[in-house]
Amino acid sequence: MSIWEYANPKKFMQSSAAVLPWVAGLSALCLVTGLVWGFFLTPDDYRQGSTVKIIYLHVPSAMMAINAWAMMLVASLIWLVRRHHVSALAAKAAAPVGLTMTVIALVTGALWGQPMWGTWWAWDPRLTSFLILTLFYFGYIALWQAVEDPDTAADLTAVLCLVGSVFAVLSRYAVLFWNQGLHQGASLSLDKKENVADVFWLPLVVCIAGFVLLFLTLVLVRTRTEVRARRLAALLARERLA
Amino acid sequence: MLALLTRDLRLAMRAGGGFGLGLAFFLLVAVLVPLGVGPEGAVLAKIAPGILWVGALLACLLSLDRLFALDFEDGSLDLLATAPIPLEGVVAVKSLAHWLVTGVPLVLVAPVLGVLLNLPVAGYGWLVVSLALGTPALSVIGAFGAALVVGVKRGGLLLSLLVLPLYVPTLIFGAEVVKRGAGGLAVGTPLALLAGITLAAAALLPFASAAALRVNLR
Repeated sequence: MSIWEYANPKKFMQSSAAVLPWVAGLSALCLVTGLVWGFFLTPDDYRQGSTVKIIYLHVPSAMMAINAWAMMLVASLIWLVRRHHVSALAAKAAAPVGLTMTVIALVTGALWGQPMWGTWWAWDPRLTSFLILTLFYFGYIALWQAVEDPDTAADLTAVLCLVGSVFAVLSRYAVLFWNQGLHQGASLSLDKKENVADVFWLPLVVCIAGFVLLFLTLVLVRTRTEVRARRLAALLARERLA
Repeated sequence: MLALLTRDLRLAMRAGGGFGLGLAFFLLVAVLVPLGVGPEGAVLAKIAPGILWVGALLACLLSLDRLFALDFEDGSLDLLATAPIPLEGVVAVKSLAHWLVTGVPLVLVAPVLGVLLNLPVAGYGWLVVSLALGTPALSVIGAFGAALVVGVKRGGLLLSLLVLPLYVPTLIFGAEVVKRGAGGLAVGTPLALLAGITLAAAALLPFASAAALRVNLR
């Protein structure tokens, strides 16, 4: 049995229905544990005070904002190459979730930046590239909504996603060239020396796991909705013809 | 291909509109900015490179929605798609025609507007060079956006939402060339990057645009 069998809408609906409660439950568990742990059971940072705790929302949402686009890219490629409808619908379903993650990252960043940097916004490379990523999400979602025929819309948005990815990466480096920034480096990396302190690190990892699972849950729910909407449209069309 | 190019150029000339409008818009931006910002020369000289580049970019955007839409409506795009030359070639030629009627006039007019914005003398040459190198990328990227929205009714606003984020790298490097040139610094790096973007966009994007057109013509 190959993995592509899950691209069959019927099979997808069955297996996702079975998986969904587990993913959702695990996501809720991780988020509650991670956030409660992070907010109430970790010490304040000696320089940043309690504002350091915004990291538990900021870092995971920023990671998922980028990963959501990467997931859309993979789903778009699968749609273009193998024409599996579920894949196109998953890309469509992921876009608003990714956009929300981007907005969460920007807003929590601004809330943290005000007391720490003394400004809500700075034209820093990371901040600017996130703003540009937001624009890409808007364009992608707007194109999905503007084109009426679903297959045409899926094709066009998939092409846009491919080209947009190249330009998003390009913009990232262009912006880096344009202004050296204020934003600190990565909070997490496999190279242990650069990491934040252990007390903050463990709850952060739990929060990231929670956000990944939350993203998965939302995308599954939204994809299932899209599949059902497709079926409904097909039924209505059949009724009109009969 | 040459026939298509001359046809597009002739249409643009005779129908008027498109090419004059872009220039007029560019002029208006250059006039309105000092009115809004204030007449101090030092301030204007500082923002002139950015304003001129943003103005050129928006002027380029204005005429994009007509790039494929007119041909799509009267059916000539279907004929072009079945013509012996590949659709990628059609896209490339139409982008070239768009550049010739909007990009080139912008490049020629830009130094005059530089005077209005008090651009430092050292910047004029680099302004022309950077626009000449960068505006082809604007046309090619714009053609991709136009190909995406060709089937959408009133796609103009959507087009700008799709295309403007794609213009970011071109704008950054283009304005950087002029800024460094005006300040007497070395311009090699941003100039090379700008040229790289133009070349890569001209080489690769017609394939994406042609794919989008094929979907829309299905």
